[in-house]
Amino acid sequence: MVTTATPVQVVYKRPASLSDTPTHYCPGCTHGIAHRLIAEVMDEMNIRERAIGVAPVGCSVFAYNYFTCDFVEAAHGRAPAMATGIKRVLPDRVVFTYQGDGDMASIGMSEIVHAAGRGENITVIFINNAIYGMTGGQMAPTSLPGQKTTSSPTGRDVESMGFPMKMAELLSQLEGAGYVVRRSLHDPKNIRMAKKAIRLAFETQIRGLGFSMVELLSTCNTNWGVSVLEAMQYLKDHMLPVYPIGDYKVSPALENLRV
Amino acid sequence: MQTEIIIAGFGGQGVLFAGQVMAYAAMDAGREVTWIPSYGPEMRGGTANCTVIIADEEIGSPLVLNPRAAIALNLPSLEKYEPLVVPGGVLVANASLVNRPPLRTDIESVFIPANGIAEELGNRRLLNMVALGALLAKLPVLSLDEINKALEDHLPERHKKYLELNKQALQRGAEFALQTVA
Amino acid sequence: MPKELLKGNVAMAEAAVRAGVEAYFGYPITPQTELLEWMSERLPALGRTFLQAESEVAAINMLYGAACTGARVMTSSSSPGISLMMEGLSYIAGTEVPVVLIDVMRGGPGLGNIAPSQGDYNQIVHGGGHGDYHPIVLAPSSIQEAIDFTVLAFDLAEKYRTIAFVIADGNIGQMMEPAELPPMRPLRTEYPEWAVRGAMGREHHFLSSIYIDPKDEEVTNYRLMQVWNRIQANEVRYREYYIEDAELVVVGFGTAGRISLSAVRNARAQGLKVGLFRPITLSPYPFKELEEISQHAKKILVVEMNSGQMLEDVQRAVKGRIPVEFYGRMGGMVPFPDEVLAEILRIQQEEIPLDGDPRQRWMERFAPIINWKN
Repeated sequence: MVTTATPVQVVYKRPASLSDTPTHYCPGCTHGIAHRLIAEVMDEMNIRERAIGVAPVGCSVFAYNYFTCDFVEAAHGRAPAMATGIKRVLPDRVVFTYQGDGDMASIGMSEIVHAAGRGENITVIFINNAIYGMTGGQMAPTSLPGQKTTSSPTGRDVESMGFPMKMAELLSQLEGAGYVVRRSLHDPKNIRMAKKAIRLAFETQIRGLGFSMVELLSTCNTNWGVSVLEAMQYLKDHMLPVYPIGDYKVSPALENLRV
Repeated sequence: MQTEIIIAGFGGQGVLFAGQVMAYAAMDAGREVTWIPSYGPEMRGGTANCTVIIADEEIGSPLVLNPRAAIALNLPSLEKYEPLVVPGGVLVANASLVNRPPLRTDIESVFIPANGIAEELGNRRLLNMVALGALLAKLPVLSLDEINKALEDHLPERHKKYLELNKQALQRGAEFALQTVA
Repeated sequence: MPKELLKGNVAMAEAAVRAGVEAYFGYPITPQTELLEWMSERLPALGRTFLQAESEVAAINMLYGAACTGARVMTSSSSPGISLMMEGLSYIAGTEVPVVLIDVMRGGPGLGNIAPSQGDYNQIVHGGGHGDYHPIVLAPSSIQEAIDFTVLAFDLAEKYRTIAFVIADGNIGQMMEPAELPPMRPLRTEYPEWAVRGAMGREHHFLSSIYIDPKDEEVTNYRLMQVWNRIQANEVRYREYYIEDAELVVVGFGTAGRISLSAVRNARAQGLKVGLFRPITLSPYPFKELEEISQHAKKILVVEMNSGQMLEDVQRAVKGRIPVEFYGRMGGMVPFPDEVLAEILRIQQEEIPLDGDPRQRWMERFAPIINWKN
């Protein structure tokens, strides 16, 4: 049998910033996509060695396991404060938090708003999947009106349980914010847009243009109780109308930046 | 051996600074000293007081129930501290704001028109130094020279132009006290 | 350095500056605000980090982050603010990063007031935050000690990778005394091996208090306890006055200690054999030294500005050998030396039972002092 040698071309590999660790996330979870995008951007910008990540409490509590940059683990909701402490003593490092909706938009609301208000030169990757994942599917501040969760079994009644927190819109109002956008991870086109936004968020920080946040609409097929594909469809059909994708605040200094 | 002095009055009468001047003078003289204010919301426009203790050994409590001396720059302070001065102690009261004679006979009392003397000197804010001068005339825990030196060294820069007036105020207070028959 | 007349809050702040503090995060609260204000002026002028946080919760977590970089860091607050920091303190303890805190205690519980108190003894010495951890706790009773212990706190925190507290009260924060500041230390240029500062040419570092496998957490707890054992063996500090021949020993820390000193001196002047034992480290507590005292003295009087939080530690040390009495003022009230002296005179004359609860006896004696009507 004769085999012909064909030249090997690497078209896909693990970014150097992403560690070789089997995932603990549920099959179909979009955390893996978000992690990979951050790692790819760190590689492209060659910032892994000066990046310091701050992990949250929630499903991504183990985010630090997946990156090869330095990491710390914050108390629930306090990642922006911890990142502030790091960034203030090491201003030339690239400091980012990775936070879910419960962590950032509920218990950590004070810390995120004030970090943005101060124009803290940190980058926040905000995973909004409209539910508490780690504790098993309770209502999040970003849960949709009518959304059934284990703590809103008849659906989120906005009269008694309040309305969804629109974090990108909210933070974009603050003068300290340099770059605040919302993206989604439900299809390849949107994933490509998300990556570009993560890049711009880090560029914002490196240029000292203030606080940057990328809100990433994400899925939780496990706690939503649907299949992976159904979850993507649910995001598209139900989350996008409540949480429109868009650039909510872009510092003028970034407008001509091409990445 | 220690000497405790409480200075009390309205906020704005220079109560705290009068105590600090004593504390600086005591420190510069190599003595042990504590200065402690009343502090809190009542400071703004309300009553203010501070306790100064001057000693030759490590000072225990910075606060005492019964001081050796008290300066009462207004009536409420007189009412509060006149009964507390230890027998044989010294009381200086601001006669400009106090419309009654001393009640104690077992302490040395000087009722001095501190506002009036300060106004004669051209600045009513000197009343604290007038009262302090009167106190030190009766309670020579520090000399006027030591206080003058402390003023020279520690008067805030923006108040340096009042240095000589402060010294005069101390002197006038002391003279008044020495003329008063105890 | 010549002596200067220094206010406690300012003295502790400047001592920290001279000890090489690189970052301060805090939130205004009376009676410690001058400390924060001093830092706001000094640190930026020296090119170091000062940040007024949005809350004590944020401040302690900023401190946590900065401590992870291996920098010398501190915060300060007063009782209610320290309560808010307890979450962060537990994380810091679990992560084994050194931090220094200054607590200028005030009256409580709750909003209480801004007057001097020692009501934080339990929340700081005996925990506060969740989990097993022991901070080092230093209790100054003078401005000079406040300065010296602030500097010492940094050194101890870093030596043991632990939390070091200086707990003062409103009196020490607001009082002025002549004191000597230390010379300015140069800032560090080398950082500990464990620090998170970016994975430049090395494996990445990770700092956290998470040990998801209980087996690992147990080992971590054991390590923390081993460090604590070393601290207990090496870092106990206290001061004794007239202890040698004392039949009655007064025990008090911080402001209550120095107030007691006045009373003890007065008692000595009356020919009574009374001494003072003033713990300086409230954690580790001088159990052994107090135990030795209880083998020679006949009676002990504990004086505190709380309802007897340290009393229980004294009882642990004395082990019922000799009678222990208690005198406290609470809620921001500060005892006068006369009150302590009166207790000394009473105890000298009265037969004090070995059994029974000193706190209960004190409450009965105390009721008329505050005009308590049942």
